[in-house]
This record gives sequence, C-alpha cells and structure tokens, in this order.
Amino acid sequence: MKMKKSLSALACAALTALTLQPSAGFAKDTVKIAFIGPLTGGNSATGLGGRNSAALAVDLHNAKPDAKYTYELVPFDDECKPNVGVQVATKAASDKSIIAGITHYCSAVAIATVETYNRFGLPVVVWGAVLPEITYGNDFKEIHRVNGTMINEGKMAAEFLTKQGFKTFVVIHDTTDYGKGQNKYFAENLKPQGGDIVATFAVSPDQQDFTAELTKVKELKPDVVFIGGLTPLGVRVRSQMDRLGIPAQLAGVSGIMSAGFIEGAGQAAEGTVSFHNGAPLTKYADGKAFMDAYTKAGYREDPDAYGPFAFSAANLVMDAIDKVGPDRKKVRDVLNTTKGYKALVGEVNFDDHRQNIVSANVYVAQDGKWVYWPDSAYAAGTKKLPGKTAGN
Amino acid sequence: MDPGLLAQYVFNGLMLGTIYAIVAVGFSLFFGVLDVIKFSHGDVVTVGAFSAFGAAGLVAAAVTLPGPLALALGLLAALGAGAASGMLIGRVLVLPLKNAPAVNVLLATLMAGTVLREVIRLGVPNGGNPKPFPALLPEGVLAAGSFSVGIDSVIILVAGIAVVVATHLVITRTRLGLAIRAVAQDGEVAQLAGISFSRTVLGTFALGSMLAGLAGLMLGLYYREINFNMGVLLGIIGFACAVVGGLGSLIGPILGGFLFAGIQTGVTVVLPFTSAYKDVVAFAVIILLIGLFPTGLIAEKSSERV
Repeated sequence: MKMKKSLSALACAALTALTLQPSAGFAKDTVKIAFIGPLTGGNSATGLGGRNSAALAVDLHNAKPDAKYTYELVPFDDECKPNVGVQVATKAASDKSIIAGITHYCSAVAIATVETYNRFGLPVVVWGAVLPEITYGNDFKEIHRVNGTMINEGKMAAEFLTKQGFKTFVVIHDTTDYGKGQNKYFAENLKPQGGDIVATFAVSPDQQDFTAELTKVKELKPDVVFIGGLTPLGVRVRSQMDRLGIPAQLAGVSGIMSAGFIEGAGQAAEGTVSFHNGAPLTKYADGKAFMDAYTKAGYREDPDAYGPFAFSAANLVMDAIDKVGPDRKKVRDVLNTTKGYKALVGEVNFDDHRQNIVSANVYVAQDGKWVYWPDSAYAAGTKKLPGKTAGN
Repeated sequence: MDPGLLAQYVFNGLMLGTIYAIVAVGFSLFFGVLDVIKFSHGDVVTVGAFSAFGAAGLVAAAVTLPGPLALALGLLAALGAGAASGMLIGRVLVLPLKNAPAVNVLLATLMAGTVLREVIRLGVPNGGNPKPFPALLPEGVLAAGSFSVGIDSVIILVAGIAVVVATHLVITRTRLGLAIRAVAQDGEVAQLAGISFSRTVLGTFALGSMLAGLAGLMLGLYYREINFNMGVLLGIIGFACAVVGGLGSLIGPILGGFLFAGIQTGVTVVLPFTSAYKDVVAFAVIILLIGLFPTGLIAEKSSERV
C-alpha cells in the first residue's frame, strides 16, 4: 500500500515536471557549447581555471536580459593526453546538439584533435595551446585560436634579451614538440638581432642532473642561459647553475612562468626573465570586472594564466551564435572573419589561418613574484638583472 | 682541457656515482639473500626523500631548529621511512611469494612501487609538482680557478662513501651480516644452524631500504628539489649498475654505479652536444658489458646466471 502511494506521488511529480518544462523552453532555446581541457592530472590547475572562466562567461551571458539563447557549457576532460583528447573531441563533435567548442590547453592534444573537428565540422576556438602548427600547420576552417603562439614568445625573447645587451646564449630545451618549438623560434629570431647561440643542449624533460651540461656551459661563459621547457626543467637548471657558480642570466618561455618555479628555485629565482602571451589581468580594460565577477561566483580554483583567454573564447563563440543562430557552418563562417572583436584579452583579429594576432609580454621574477616587466624594479633601474651585475 | 674544469667533471661523476652505488647495493643485498628483484627500490628512495622533507618542513613550521638538528631529524625520518617501507614490502609481498617464480615478486614489487609513487603524488599537497628541498647543510662554495664546488656537495660525497664502507662492515663484521651471508649461501642450512630465515630477510630489507631512504635524503640535499617520480629512472639505473657489477656481491654494484656515472659524464665531455643521448650511450654500454660478463664484473661466489 505504502509502495503504491509513493509510486503515485512519483508519477505526479513526473507529470508536473513534464508540463512545466516546455513552458520554460518556449521562452528561449538552449544551445550547448563544449569546453575541453585538462581537468585532472598535472596540468589541471590551468584546465580548471579555464573551465571556470568559460563557465563564468556563459553565466554572465545568460544573465543578460536581451540574451537570445540560453547557453549550456558541457565540460570534457582531455587529461592532457592526445589519445584521450581525440576521444572526447570525437564525442563532442559527433553530438549534434553541440554547436561550437572552446578547446585545449595542451599543445600535444590540440594538434592531435584538429582533424577530428574538421571531419565533423565543429567550429572550435583554442584557448591555451601555443604550438604554432595548430593553426598554421593546416588549413582547417574550423580551427581558431585566441591566444598567441610560441612564435610570439620566441620573437619577444630574442628582441628583449638582445636589447638588454646580452650577446652570447646557451639554449637548454627539452626534446618534446614544445621544447623543440621553443628552441626553433628563439634561434630563428635571435640571429637577425645579432645574438649568438654558442651551444644548444637537448635534454629529456625529466632529467634530474644537469651538472655535466652546466660544466660545459661554465666553460663557454655565455651571457644568457635560455630554457625551452616547463617548470621542472627551469627549477633544476636554475638551482644547479648556482651550485656550479655560473653567473649567467636565466631566461625562459612561458613554460617556466609559474608559481611553481619561484617556489622551487627559491632565492635563486630572483631576476629570471620570462615571456608570456597574456598580460596581467590589471592591464586589461575589463580585468578588474572579470576578477570581481570571478571572485563573486566563488570558484575554488584561480583563473590561472589562460583563464582570461578561455573567457574571451567563450564570449566570442556565444556572440557568433547570437548573430547567426545555432548552425555550425554559419557560426564557423562568422568566426572565420573575426576582426576587431572586443574581448577581455584585448582586440581579437584572426589572420588568414584564423590565428589571433597578439604580442608577447615580458615578466621578471622579483621578490618571490612574477612581475610585469614595465612595472618592475629592474625596468626602473633600481635593481639589476643578475646576468648584468656579473659583469657580462 | 683546463684542469679546473676537468676536476669539476670528475667531481660531478663521483657525486652521481656515489648515489647510484648506494641504490645499487640495495638491489644486490635483496638478490643475494633471497634471489629476488625488488623493483620498488627506486620508489623507496622517493619515500625517504619526502619523509625527510616532511619531517624537516613540519618541524620548521612549528619551531625554528638549528641546522644540524633539522638535518638529524630529516636523516632519522628518511632512514625510518625507508626501513619501514622496506620491511612492509618484504613482509607483505616478498616473503609470502618466496616459493613463487621470481617474476611474480618482480611484478608485485613493481606495482608496489607504483602505489608508493601515486600515494606521494596524490597524498602530498600539490604532490604532482616538484618540491624545493630545504638547504640543511652549510652553504658556501669552495672555488679554485674554474673549479667550484659547494661545501654541502663535499659533505654529501664524504657521507655517501662512509655509508658504503659502513654497509660493507655491517655485512662482514656483524652478526646480522653473518646471518645475511649464511642465508644468502643456503637458506635451509642456515635455518638448521638456528638462524631465523624471515628475521634475516626482513633485516636485509630494512638495511637495504634504509640505504635507499638515505639516498633520497642525499638527492634532496644535493639537487634541493624532489619530485614524486624521481625514483623511477634511479631505480632502473641502480638495478642496471647492480647487474653489471654483479648481483649478490657488494663491491660489484659500487663499481657499476661509478662506471655508469663515469659514462654519463664522459659522454657530455667528449661529445657535448649529444648530451640528450647520454642515457642511451650509458645503457648501451651496460648491455654490452652484460653480454661480455653475464654474471657481472664481480660475480657472486656461488654464481647464478641472471
């Protein structure tokens, strides 16, 4: 008897739900967009920051009184692994209710999935991966990118370091596509600036001992040791340079620009120079508003370095859908021709490979923090880069 | 070449060789006493490093300790954690499987190593990131011309060599050492002579794993950075050194350790721009040597082919 009662209650509830739902649906159609990034594993801090930022963009957009559609963000975890990435990309792309995607932080995953998006015709905007080939290595109309590439970082690094008066360089890079690319674009851009690379060491990304390489560096006496790799490599080289008494300046790409580098290298991190596509949030016109909204939304994780890009990518996608409706082909065509789009990270202009044109920024480690170079004591002249005080 | 730089290379090689040797000796001890390969050995190194890091860090957060006391605490933690994890693995995985094929123990300990590694990665706050190891040894650099070496490195090197000598003395001069050698020669006869088999085996696992814990502390002090998978490659290198030197002997693995470090350093000196291939070259030489000396450079007295 009791059982029957609860069953009928359930049926009642179901009926109510059924009758209520369509009435809500009449007002606005729901449009799904996918977010794909590393939500678990070693790079999850960046991935979760990106997801939160994209979710924030969706919530803010839905809250607008004149919003045409109700957007729903569908998050997928690519685990920063190419094979998993292709699986979730296929899942998202084959789901016809998903109109567009905001995809990938890890370059290896992003490059592995471009063909999938092309095959299924899902327009995507890359929010964090920096490998140039993702946009420049193909002519897939579906692939767009709001953040810059390592070409910008390498170019900025070469220009900045030579302008500081450094002439001789040693490059230590890891043997992944990431490290090799960083080495390539730095070396290419350094030559026209008059810099000279006296040695290049290709090392495994998890190599622990660099004393042999660094003893060789000591013999060569370069002005700068340039790191093409991620934080662990940077930390090890930085602390072992100290032990061997190498006075050279350390510089590295955005891969070492993390709190982990400063924590890991400790005191020795001071004065290390890095190059990153993003400017600090405070430098963006709407940076403060973004941060306030982010804090108010109460996310557990920080937006991290690429959150603002994910936020901008989500807005770009939703504005395109607002314009032409939830049709993948039309949305792709609108995204293709993006010019002068006002986003959080500045103006978005896609070139003929649908790559946003951005220039990199210089940062320096100062008193345990990464500081935007123009705001630093080093730029003001009150502090001197370690490579300079050593008399190089 | 500039003699100062040459000295620098030699010192780098000696330093690496000492750490390899200490890890390799552990492999050799386990194999000697029970004819098993304990593949979690590299991860016990990591456990030692993180225990020392945790102990020194936790206490430093509560009270400010003078350097030597913090170091002693880190040392105790590394040795204790090493011995405990070694005995646990010995008790739970190795002894129950002592009559099973050797490959079962190898697999079981390989997986135990993965468990240790993941426990550290997931259990330690931000365990996936490299951790800065506190500088517990006196700072300062000894420099002569183009040769410069940290005082801490010298202390670590001397301590490492002392530990290797001490292990040799334990094996040759103490009752435990006698028991270990007896069980190594013939477990059943040793039991007939009144030696407790399982206690001796666990003692060996404790001793060998304490060495691993110590190696972890030394690595932390030397590189001032530890991470959850530092033990993986080190375990493989240690194993290779033990095999090429002679599994079951004590001098063999030490020789193997210095040989491996010598090749790694040598490759970078002779062909500086091929340093990415130094592990390839070192392991290729090891394969060649195993082919030439199947029982190791210094064979166990009652030698068995591995």
